[in-house]
Amino acid sequence: MTRLQESLWVEEAATKSTLSGSSERYTIPSRVNLYRIPWLRAMLESRWPQFLARAVTLIGFVFTLAAALFGSRVGNHNFAIIMVWIAWWTTLKLGFIPFGGRSWCSICPIPLPGDWLQQGGILDKGSHKNGFNLRWPKSLRGSWLQSGGFLLIGLFSAVTLTDPQVTGWVLLALFALAVGMSLVFEHRAFCSYICPIGGFSGMYAKAAPMEVRVVDKEICANHRDKSCYHACPWGLYPLAMKDSSACGLCMECLRACPKDNLALNLRPYGSDLGGHISSSRLDETFLALTMLGSALAFSAVFVGPWGWLKLSAFEIGSQPWVAYATGFLALNLLFLPALFSLCVWSWKKISQNRLPLKRLVASHAQGLLPLGLMSWIAFTISFALPKLTLVLGVLNDPFGWGWHILNATNTSRSLDVSGFSPLLQVILLMIGIFWSTRVTMKLSKSDGKHNFPSNMPVLVFYLVYSIGMLWLLIG
Amino acid sequence: MIDQNLHSQNLRRWWHWAILATLVFVVLFVPIPAGAAAPTERTFRIEASRFQYSPAILEVNPGDMVTIELVATDVVHGLSIDGYDLETMADPGKTASITFTADRQGSFHFHCTTTCGNIHPFMTGKLEVGRNTLLWRAIALVGLAMFAGAWKGRK
Repeated sequence: MTRLQESLWVEEAATKSTLSGSSERYTIPSRVNLYRIPWLRAMLESRWPQFLARAVTLIGFVFTLAAALFGSRVGNHNFAIIMVWIAWWTTLKLGFIPFGGRSWCSICPIPLPGDWLQQGGILDKGSHKNGFNLRWPKSLRGSWLQSGGFLLIGLFSAVTLTDPQVTGWVLLALFALAVGMSLVFEHRAFCSYICPIGGFSGMYAKAAPMEVRVVDKEICANHRDKSCYHACPWGLYPLAMKDSSACGLCMECLRACPKDNLALNLRPYGSDLGGHISSSRLDETFLALTMLGSALAFSAVFVGPWGWLKLSAFEIGSQPWVAYATGFLALNLLFLPALFSLCVWSWKKISQNRLPLKRLVASHAQGLLPLGLMSWIAFTISFALPKLTLVLGVLNDPFGWGWHILNATNTSRSLDVSGFSPLLQVILLMIGIFWSTRVTMKLSKSDGKHNFPSNMPVLVFYLVYSIGMLWLLIG
Repeated sequence: MIDQNLHSQNLRRWWHWAILATLVFVVLFVPIPAGAAAPTERTFRIEASRFQYSPAILEVNPGDMVTIELVATDVVHGLSIDGYDLETMADPGKTASITFTADRQGSFHFHCTTTCGNIHPFMTGKLEVGRNTLLWRAIALVGLAMFAGAWKGRK
């Protein structure tokens, strides 16, 4: 598609939106437009606060790389391992995603230098853009590569999460890839199609209570310049956005709109879920199932008491590791997709739906998101919270060289969270299955078939998965 | 007439929630038999090496007097049990032991307390004291949550 055709596509989306939508003001009672709050508006309008936050994360990233590559090889004595896989990973899953969707992407340091090079400026866009500015190949669009990236992380997780040098090289590779891709491809190609964390955050952002949306569709459709579209580093046209999965909440569209027609909304949880039955894609289903499978596998490896499994996952290249890798891939690529497809097929038969199975599997994946998000949070409570005691230790001695910056005593002991963690995990999984069930009921309602028995096969999938997680976490 | 319909609808909705609340209450508080034998003395010899405990799962009855003999076969390993505030550490080739009364029912993780290598933070085992009633109650609660979601979403 050429640039001219693309502009026509934008025009077309605008026309379609005004035809299908209403001409009245796009106000939804359940939304609160945070952009109307004066102090927040002032913070968002200026690029400085965001720039400062990104500068801090970039400095943190460089320091993390230095610690990973030159610090102690013992994981729990190294700043990189503890800050990346315990502190940041926990904050992402317990803070950024459930409250801000893809908000981490707005301050992520990895694509930052690439952005500067691509736009030819640091705070504002320069007059000259660097790089080839090519379009990302159509055949590679979607989240297939992100799912693949996540599976790769899973295959090597026991080493990546515990060996500082491996973590350092992985981060460096991601950084180089992000910078390189920003010079070859237009927009945030790395973040949109490659970054596994982007895929993870983007998918669960659909369930999150934050969105950027157009206020009045008609004003937007009639605006000839489409300044929001041209300003978006992600290449998104806000009027055409169906959900929040691709939006990195960078706020450039809000800054660029001369009509003050964009809103940063606080919305009810799960607002993007349960839409029309034909609105999802198969790559999203695969990503959702990969996330469910990975949560199960990581719970077994890192939280479970099976030392042989930990060793199998750790000894890359050995026979036990081959067996672990085969099991991990079989779970994610065969078992869960087959089981879920079977459940949706049963749903199709019972509800006598005539849509193709592929489309139904794709749309039913929306129901997997709440349970997946809650399962990841529940896993994190067992995985990371007991290790938070190690954060003070690596702040005291980031490189493991025997420093005492904070004069604190280093500890190797885990925090005892047994008093509250099992109860919290049960509550989280209850919320997950309740929410997923509601999404499934909503989906089938949009198709005119909302009786309970027809949904049973899909609900049984949720139940079996939840029982599996419960057994691994509190069993 | 409309008011009457609305009233009966509200009443029905209220009854559904009341039934659900009762079921949750029953699941939470109905006594589950511990299925335990009379308290006795138990001794476990646990070998700790290369990020794993062997055996990694210890099953005891509530009230048992438990002795754990920890043998480190490669480097220094430790053992602390969540919920019991107990800790011991064994040097390579040496045995360290702890004795305690298993007076808290449930499933508790135990961890290595001394950095023993890269997988150290995930070197865990499990102490099961009696029947894990929390797991069974949790399964029932998750099932109820699913039915509640289906009921709430049916309209």
